[in-house]
Amino acid sequence: MSKSDRNLQILNVVTALLLVAATGLVFLYAPRETSMGDVQRIFYFHVPSAWVAGLAFLVTVIAGIAYLRTHEGTWDVVASSSVEIGVVFALMNIITGAIWARPIWNTWWTWDPRLTTATITWLIYVAYLMLRAGIEDPDRRARFAAVYGIVGFVSVPITYFSIQMMRSIHPVLFGPANPLAKGSAPLTPAMLQTFLFCLFTFTVVYFCFLFNRIRLQRLNDRVEQLKAKLLSA
Amino acid sequence: MHCRPPPAVQLRTEYKCMPNSSTDSHPAAPLPVADTDVPRPLPASPARTESWQQKAADFLRAAGAVVWKDLSAERRSKELVSAMLVFSLLVVLIFNFALELERSRATLATVVSGVLWVTFIFAGTIGLNRSLAMEKDRGSLDGLLLAPVDRSALYFGKAAGNLLFMGLVEIIILPVLSVLFNLSLINPLLLLVVLLGTLGYAAVGTLLASMAIHSRARDVMLPILLFPVAIPVLVASVKASAAILAAAGWDEIGPWINLLIGYDVIFVAIAFMVFDYIVEE
Repeated sequence: MSKSDRNLQILNVVTALLLVAATGLVFLYAPRETSMGDVQRIFYFHVPSAWVAGLAFLVTVIAGIAYLRTHEGTWDVVASSSVEIGVVFALMNIITGAIWARPIWNTWWTWDPRLTTATITWLIYVAYLMLRAGIEDPDRRARFAAVYGIVGFVSVPITYFSIQMMRSIHPVLFGPANPLAKGSAPLTPAMLQTFLFCLFTFTVVYFCFLFNRIRLQRLNDRVEQLKAKLLSA
Repeated sequence: MHCRPPPAVQLRTEYKCMPNSSTDSHPAAPLPVADTDVPRPLPASPARTESWQQKAADFLRAAGAVVWKDLSAERRSKELVSAMLVFSLLVVLIFNFALELERSRATLATVVSGVLWVTFIFAGTIGLNRSLAMEKDRGSLDGLLLAPVDRSALYFGKAAGNLLFMGLVEIIILPVLSVLFNLSLINPLLLLVVLLGTLGYAAVGTLLASMAIHSRARDVMLPILLFPVAIPVLVASVKASAAILAAAGWDEIGPWINLLIGYDVIFVAIAFMVFDYIVEE
């Protein structure tokens, strides 16, 4: 096993351990929230999922810009891998949010600005994957994907600022309290610690998935190269 | 004549005498064989001394040429605007039967605003798709790219052309909707919102359509790419239109118009920056 593969194995093990620890913290260490009860624990997975999705899409934009400047295939691999992970975490974000919302807001879904923009962001990156699937030429595919990644990324900060621009019922944790928001609650120190640990864990999970996916893509490309060589020989 | 012929030009009938060359003590310097031997300063290229005003004029002239080309082609064939117009009217018709369009004043503004913008969005998608697909199929896109103009000028011209076609369809649809819903839509503030919304939509749409036409599933690719990215423009336009039609105060209309202007600026700027990368070969 090569050195980078060994490092990746170590990262996989570390990530698994961190996830176990995070789950333990969430269910055993964090206190039970008074007004919402145990369902509030979803927050420890919901917000880090959103964070990872945002991070993933940011990495895609940076990798896309880097590809447009250098035309090196590695950047394209990073961009597409990152989007795949981001799409999964964005969907997790929406679903965990809906599970939380059912007992608290008495509805699975509302066309509140934050939820709407989160869904739109998810749809944009699903469209990114569809665009990639529809173009044959690798260089053109990478260029178009980079451009669309940049265009689509504009909507990600809007997701965060929309809660401050429009009235909404989404709880505000970082910012002035919205009197209309239902479900806002300040964090006790134990909750804050758990939250930050989960945030860290999910970031490590993201990088673990990313490096594994990049390795898979590289192997895939190598197989394609060998196939082409074999067929032409 | 007693001049010695200069070396390497034995076959010439005329010989130029070297001055004071009656003896061999000063052998003739070899004549230059080709022009490259003598370095001559090139004349200053006119492009290097172009001012920004000239560059802007070139840019606008190129964009204007693209718009003029689209308008001329459309005037002759009339295929784009007619398709968009007929489709818009059919969409309005379908809405009439699909949705229970209440006549109460309170909800009329919201309903009309929604119908208006869905119509414009769908018609605009058709226009964008066909406008750029025609370019690619006829090979005129390659021809445009061969022209020695800034690529952004091509984008600007194409987007302006699409904006004009969408605007033309909107100018016709607005009075039709006014009649059908018995609500005056010829309102300067509403027209401003329509303009801003269409501008944003055409700007992003032109950019994404120029990518979508290269994809395998060409016709559905543009809506899949465009709708999520253009939804913020759509939301702001619909909310602003509804507020205007309900005669709400500036507090309700203003933020949406600001949002529209912000989006238009952002998307047009991004389009200018990335269009080169889309069409480069």
